[in-house]
Amino acid sequence: MPGAAAAARLSAGARQERRLGWLLCAPAVLVMAAVTAYPIGYAVYLSLQRYDLRFPDRAEFVGLGNYAAVLSSPFWWEAFGVTLFITVVSVTVELVLGMALAMVMHRTVLGRGTVRTAVLVPYGIVTVVAAFSWQYAWTPGTGYLAALLPAGEAPLTEQWPALGLIILAEVWKTTPFMALLLLAGLALVPEETLRAAMVDGAGGWQRFVRVTLPLMKPAVLVALLFRTLDAFRVFDSVFVLTAGAHGTGSVSILGYDNLFTALNLGIGSAVSVLIFLCVALIAFAFVRLFGAAAPGSGEGGR
Amino acid sequence: MPGEVREDAVRHRPVPAGGRGTGTGAGRRAPGRDRGRGKARGRRVPRGLRALLVLPLLASPLASCGSGEHAGVPTLNWYNFPDDSGALDSAARNCTRAAKGRYRIVYHKLPRTADGQRQQLVRRLAAEDDSIDVMGLDVTWAAEFAEAGWILPWTGRTRRLAEQGTLRVPLQTGTWKDRLYAVPYNTNTQLLWYRADLVDEPPRTWAQMLDAARRLAAEGKPHLVEIQGAQYEGLTVWFNTLVASAGGSVLDAGATAPSLGRPAVRAATIMRDLARSPAADPSLPNQMEDQNRLAMESGRAAFQLNYPFVHPSMKANNPELFRHFRWAPYPRVDASRPARPTIGGINLAVGAYSRHPRQAFEAVLCLRNRENQIAAAVDGGLPPTLRELYSDEEFVRNYPFADAIRQALENASVRPRTPAYQNVSIVIAHTLSPPSAIDPRRSVETIEGQIADALQSKGLIP
Repeated sequence: MPGAAAAARLSAGARQERRLGWLLCAPAVLVMAAVTAYPIGYAVYLSLQRYDLRFPDRAEFVGLGNYAAVLSSPFWWEAFGVTLFITVVSVTVELVLGMALAMVMHRTVLGRGTVRTAVLVPYGIVTVVAAFSWQYAWTPGTGYLAALLPAGEAPLTEQWPALGLIILAEVWKTTPFMALLLLAGLALVPEETLRAAMVDGAGGWQRFVRVTLPLMKPAVLVALLFRTLDAFRVFDSVFVLTAGAHGTGSVSILGYDNLFTALNLGIGSAVSVLIFLCVALIAFAFVRLFGAAAPGSGEGGR
Repeated sequence: MPGEVREDAVRHRPVPAGGRGTGTGAGRRAPGRDRGRGKARGRRVPRGLRALLVLPLLASPLASCGSGEHAGVPTLNWYNFPDDSGALDSAARNCTRAAKGRYRIVYHKLPRTADGQRQQLVRRLAAEDDSIDVMGLDVTWAAEFAEAGWILPWTGRTRRLAEQGTLRVPLQTGTWKDRLYAVPYNTNTQLLWYRADLVDEPPRTWAQMLDAARRLAAEGKPHLVEIQGAQYEGLTVWFNTLVASAGGSVLDAGATAPSLGRPAVRAATIMRDLARSPAADPSLPNQMEDQNRLAMESGRAAFQLNYPFVHPSMKANNPELFRHFRWAPYPRVDASRPARPTIGGINLAVGAYSRHPRQAFEAVLCLRNRENQIAAAVDGGLPPTLRELYSDEEFVRNYPFADAIRQALENASVRPRTPAYQNVSIVIAHTLSPPSAIDPRRSVETIEGQIADALQSKGLIP
């Protein structure tokens, strides 16, 4: 970033242009403040209140009481564990599968366009629609997949099978997205470097681990970050497949239930703010752990 | 979808007296311009034609405002469950006609699921929407809506008229702190449905029913007992029925603390015993009313605890089995005490932000009068709430189990009446799911602790 000295060096015309730039983007900034900053601020405000729509007379300021209630509740920790499990497993599987798909797409000579389109189809389907088709498929009596199981098995009614199916739905849905981001990364790896490694006697696996992966690290990180944040907020698949029953509720489902079913705005907002903090923490951890290669760490600064 | 909602909102935007210009002006431009552009984008439509396309869109909000508010006839918006039989539509028409220009009723369909209906109403009421005049509330919502100040109490003459001839237990569901907030529109309760080709006599108690199922299983015949075991409201209803049948209740009389105790432990034991017996459907932990109906129609089951809608359905879908399809009172917990099945149904209430409350009360009395209740019962299949209808010839002819329903209603129990009912119901269903994992004493203790929290609106719900 150019410092104050640089700004002073700007000519009058350039300064004016910069002012105009600020003026031009001011409306957008105002709109953003109105539609994002205000709701977030309001949610934080609500989370400090005891505020249940059904007991309007008992509304009062309770400080961090709602956070204490949420963090001391076994329901929060159960949902948190479930969410972490879904996130870790689905992102890992997606990374491996996505990488394989990206390699296939990268190396395909024949019908490259067709392969890419075919791979992207699941990503193009609306999540809720996809979730409904999974739900029907796994329900005995209506589903072709449930019919393959021994009679009397209803996989969506038990915790572990249901979690597995939720993860499967997520993986099926978003692997193409992962693959696409990784494909962009693969394109960054120069063919000459790989050839040079080959000449030096590196095998296929060595070339992948020692050359390809380090060179495409930024793309891998972007893909991982996006998917982790997405997976942590998983809502639609769970909502449609099990509605959070049988110990499959994610933190977003917990927030939704407390806000919209229990009408407890205080507790529900506290859950939402905590989800927001978790997401921020994940993003921060990514940038911190993976350092300079992570997006937003500003290569231009050096 | 969003387009639909917006148009709807525009049509019912309040028009301040004399302020027609602003109200309808905004409404006139918004939908018209959007539609016009959408049409024009695909293919070039001549300008004149475009104007023609837009005209009807302008006319609809104007027309409804014009004929409604402007001519001095208040429009009452009636939000109720989506009815496919046409009974609600014709009730709205009948009452509009009977009002002779005092008011006009427009029926709006809410979403299909009870949760969806409640959410839509709550969102509007929390925003003090004054376009809700009359609404259909599930029997469990009156306390919640009343405490939040979203519905008006019935007093004086209208209360007397509303209570006249109405069945006692349904009336309880609309009462909160001794004030009547919602008037029974229809009611509903479960019966025991069984196959006469498998058992000669319907079982009178849960123990007898499980014995019969075991015997049938040993003989290799259809033997399942179909009941709602999924983690949802239906599971709470099952528990509530058993607790009441065992002589207890979920909450104490003042709805300030859990009551539960021994009857609740017995109820939980019965649920677990069924779930672990051969009588349990393999998908019990995921079954709702409709899955129960399907299982019975497919011939897998011998018994079913369900609402009367299964009767016409069996007649249509499996005429062969229908010949042996019978009903009996809900099985007892103790042989000496009649069962107390939980009632469901819809009550009508007047919105607190309505601009025409006086007319709305009058309209409710009309919508639930004798003629409209008969139509709703015969066409829509939902039991009425006026006592005398159960001896009405036309009704009984179309509703062969009317007497069984009436008897069930006399002994029926209501679900816990408290503004925090949703939380109470959720903790019950959460703790008792899946039924086979119930540990009676411990589960009831868990429910007790969580209900105590829920009543204070403390803590999270799962």
